[in-house]
Amino acid sequence: MNKIYPNAAAALDGLLHDGMFIAAGGFGLCGIPELCLSAIKDAGTKDLTFASNNAGVDDFGIGILLQTRQVKKMISSYVGENAEFMRQYLSGELELEFNPQGTLAERMRAGGCGIPGFYTKTGVGTVIAEGKEHKDFNGETFILEEGIFADLAIVKAWKADETGNLIFRKTARNFNPPAAMCGKTCVVEVEEIVPTGSLDPDNIHLPGIYVHRIVQGQHEKRIEQRTVREKT
Amino acid sequence: MWDRNQMAERAAQELEDGMYVNLGIGIPTLVANYVGDKDITLQSENGMLGMGPFPIDGEEDADLINAGKQTITEMDRTAYFDSATSFGMIRGGKIAAAILGAMEVAENGDLANWMIPGKLVKGMGGAMDLVAGVGRVIVVMDHTSKHGDSKLLKECTLPLTGKSVVDRIITNLGVLDVVEGGLRIVECADGVSEDELRAATDATIV
Repeated sequence: MNKIYPNAAAALDGLLHDGMFIAAGGFGLCGIPELCLSAIKDAGTKDLTFASNNAGVDDFGIGILLQTRQVKKMISSYVGENAEFMRQYLSGELELEFNPQGTLAERMRAGGCGIPGFYTKTGVGTVIAEGKEHKDFNGETFILEEGIFADLAIVKAWKADETGNLIFRKTARNFNPPAAMCGKTCVVEVEEIVPTGSLDPDNIHLPGIYVHRIVQGQHEKRIEQRTVREKT
Repeated sequence: MWDRNQMAERAAQELEDGMYVNLGIGIPTLVANYVGDKDITLQSENGMLGMGPFPIDGEEDADLINAGKQTITEMDRTAYFDSATSFGMIRGGKIAAAILGAMEVAENGDLANWMIPGKLVKGMGGAMDLVAGVGRVIVVMDHTSKHGDSKLLKECTLPLTGKSVVDRIITNLGVLDVVEGGLRIVECADGVSEDELRAATDATIV
């Protein structure tokens, strides 16, 4: 079965509809599915809910979909780098659900593993715990968090083989594997597609069973905070 | 009184050989400069153990950043993993200590460091997971606000990051532990008397 598509628009064809729930990989601007986000912008799909750790910056990442008012709700842990996000949120145009970062990652992983809920001690005694079931285990209190089951996952990997086995690069892995796992359908964009058999089976980061469509393309890979030291 | 670097240097004394540690943004980041010969592995919660220093100009890699989104480098011991695994080791208590900043700490160990109601809310990031999960939570912070009000309180006024999670507080005035009934003075900063430390502290000192 062919999983390879010529571009992001083709890879997303037939998968997008207004009001859908999308899980996106990436941390900050690192390892974000920039080609898919751009294609969703061009498709004009509206009222989107995104589970994504961050919301990009004003002109990159999910930020480009905020500019066009295509996003209805964000489920994120940190949105500090996006002025347009804040403007829409404070004016009530955009819904926001804060999740602790580890809770968000585990909600994605759990959803992908068929686990509808799990107990965690993260957030106990804080606003995050309000309205959630509390349960004690071995004398300690935990809260119930729910798995995420998204209509679509969009992720970025470094390399894919033709069957969708994936390898990520350095800290660009981040949320990409759990996001990929929790999507009913998963579209992955990569820097390189290599022939099946050329990746070491012992070093596959995410098996192709989670990957339905693959697109290769040029990535801008913008750096958010360039920090350097003097040569010594 | 200690300055930022002296607070970081004091915080580095909390770290023991062989520890896996998570350092927060701000003064906690400076702690890495003072670990000396100790074998410390730094975790970056976006998915890395063995975080190295900033890269030399021209060697930045967009795929290699820390939790503050700054470009960094890898080391011989570096391992990369996904965010679910990263917070699995945090929540699972595998990270020995986290050193992080705070807006307020209460005498029962409550910590507030993620939001001020009515002001711009950016989100908690990984802070709630870290304080709930790691072995030991060490806070590095200024003892008082710009207006001279104590940030070590009987009860936090700001929304909490974690309930009864702080073990030790290192401020510009000294070091205090969270113990039964309140805070216990461990040591005073250079040139600060115990009376001065008490006078600057709203929380109960036992």
